[in-house]
Amino acid sequence: MRIAYYPGCSLKALAANFDRSARAAMGALGVELVELERWNCCGTVSSLTTDDLMRQLAPVRNLIRAQEAGERRLVTACAMCYNTLKRAALRVEAHPEELAKINAFLDEEPDYRGGVRVLHLLELLRDEVGFEAVAKRVVRPLEGLRVAPYYGCLLLRPRGVGLDDPENPSILEELVRALGAEPVDSPLKGQCCGSYHTVAHKEVVARRAHKILSEAASRGAEALISSCPLCSFNLDNRQRLIRELDGSFAPLPVLYFTELMALAFGLEEALSPEGHYVDPRPFLEERQLLRR
Amino acid sequence: MDKMGKIDLSAKELQEEVEALSGQRVFACYHCGKCTAGCPFASEMDLTPRQVLEYIMEGRVEVLNSRTIWLCAACFTCTVRCPNGIDIARVMEALRQILLRRGEDSLDLASLGEEELPQIALVAGARKLIG
Amino acid sequence: MADREAVEQEERTSLAEELGVRIYIMGKEYRVPAGLTIMKAMEYAGYKFIRGAGCRAGFCGACGTVYRKEGEYKLRFAVACQKLVEDGMFLVQLPFAPAPRVSYDLEKLRPTENVLLKLYPELARCVACNTCTKACPQEIPVMDYIQAALRGDIKRVAELSFDCIQCGLCSMRCPADIKHYHVAQLARRLYGRYLAPKAEHLAQRVAEIEAGRFDEELDRLTRMGKEELSKLYEARQIEEGVGV
Repeated sequence: MRIAYYPGCSLKALAANFDRSARAAMGALGVELVELERWNCCGTVSSLTTDDLMRQLAPVRNLIRAQEAGERRLVTACAMCYNTLKRAALRVEAHPEELAKINAFLDEEPDYRGGVRVLHLLELLRDEVGFEAVAKRVVRPLEGLRVAPYYGCLLLRPRGVGLDDPENPSILEELVRALGAEPVDSPLKGQCCGSYHTVAHKEVVARRAHKILSEAASRGAEALISSCPLCSFNLDNRQRLIRELDGSFAPLPVLYFTELMALAFGLEEALSPEGHYVDPRPFLEERQLLRR
Repeated sequence: MDKMGKIDLSAKELQEEVEALSGQRVFACYHCGKCTAGCPFASEMDLTPRQVLEYIMEGRVEVLNSRTIWLCAACFTCTVRCPNGIDIARVMEALRQILLRRGEDSLDLASLGEEELPQIALVAGARKLIG
Repeated sequence: MADREAVEQEERTSLAEELGVRIYIMGKEYRVPAGLTIMKAMEYAGYKFIRGAGCRAGFCGACGTVYRKEGEYKLRFAVACQKLVEDGMFLVQLPFAPAPRVSYDLEKLRPTENVLLKLYPELARCVACNTCTKACPQEIPVMDYIQAALRGDIKRVAELSFDCIQCGLCSMRCPADIKHYHVAQLARRLYGRYLAPKAEHLAQRVAEIEAGRFDEELDRLTRMGKEELSKLYEARQIEEGVGV
């Protein structure tokens, strides 16, 4: 299967390990991620005012790129890109008068006609590849590994945009099981990590991340998985600050779900120390899930 | 931080502008407090999310001075839980926009530290905190 | 209908030839001869450029300007020394694009993914409206290189922005206050300093020069008289098909 792929800016820079592992893991399942040409930043956070069409230009322009390529579907790995692109796609479908204005402004582009469906990799795994096929591809079952799925906000909310039950999601748990590991449930798995406050209010984010990580660890999690470069940055890199606030805090590795897949698929090269503050490799070596 | 000094807005203008920008009917709130109960930032806030709605309903423009509207990161927990279907994240955005559109930025890009931040953080911060 | 339009067009053209082109400078009407550039037309009307004019050949970017044509809602963009005036043009002179360039030491920078964003954090404010591209008189896909800059693709920024003449019109129009042309200049510098493949033959030739391989020939040339030099110049080897 070939599918149009929108990587997003962070996956081209500090979160290149997310992009690399996504391509490797999906490739192992026979899914080729074909990067969209001339894509632009999605705008990250979706703008929430009624009159903010200027801020819908960025996501709609990407939908036009998909349309130009003859694609009806666009898949993302980043939860934030997914949320913003999908919200924009749904918004212009529901409001043709807004789309008409956007098209009129984008006079250098062909009109967006609607109909591009925005998907997240997890949906593709669940609905098309199937977790059974994922399980079959596993060459190194992650037996006994206790992994806490972390959804954050943008895979789940708001309703209609999220890809699972906003209050009780299970898609990441299913993936973890398919890989042979044991999912660790936490009541904070869908709670906000602090998001962009990491720019100017690090300590707020550190307190959020501290709670989320400690809760998962207290339930026996040895690692946490995420699908968002911002969540991962906040939960992983902010552990430095958490240690300053709480000397007894024990580091917890944070991986992208695609890195966990790559590991179980035996694609070790896709798991690098780059992109991680807490290097996950020593602990995985100790558990004999990664060759030294 | 007093941002109100420069902003001349009557109670009614505040209510109208919030409803116009958010597209939400603030007066549908019956103060059950579910928004506050689920808000991950509530402990850091000066006004709880429910109080923000109360302030708007009472036309108390000092709500624009609240730290709460900037702490809200639009996680949509309140939005999915409100029994009256009020998208409270949009109400918070409307309050931020009232200030941002009058030139009251909440982030100064020139004063960022040396830390390497991912693009996603900077773009999101710039969109939410700069007018 | 079409005939009448053609006649009217012809009348307008001949009018322009006889009486000159009707232009408006800061709202005031002037008549100037056809065939002048915006810059020359303004000088003809009595304006004197002390700044905002440079090479007058379309390269230096000092005279970026905006104009509007009668009956059009869109603003148009040009370098004033290149664009010819047309009847009914509304003109203005933009003396300078105040877009501060960040001070940096290229030797201390490294071509990392975040270096452009770090020095020009307002890149994060791009809403992909493409107004910059529409403002570029060089037809550079400005928004595309800004997006590449945001994700740290220095090579692409350098390549896409190569024809930039730094007129600053992009930055004057940007709703996000991005200093596009300074970002691009930094990217090209980083590319040239750290990323572009090194020209090996150049290093080799420099080494040869330093080793004295050409000393004898240079000495011979410096000792030659003017006449002898001219003769040598005339007799030089010229590649076939190359115009002189």
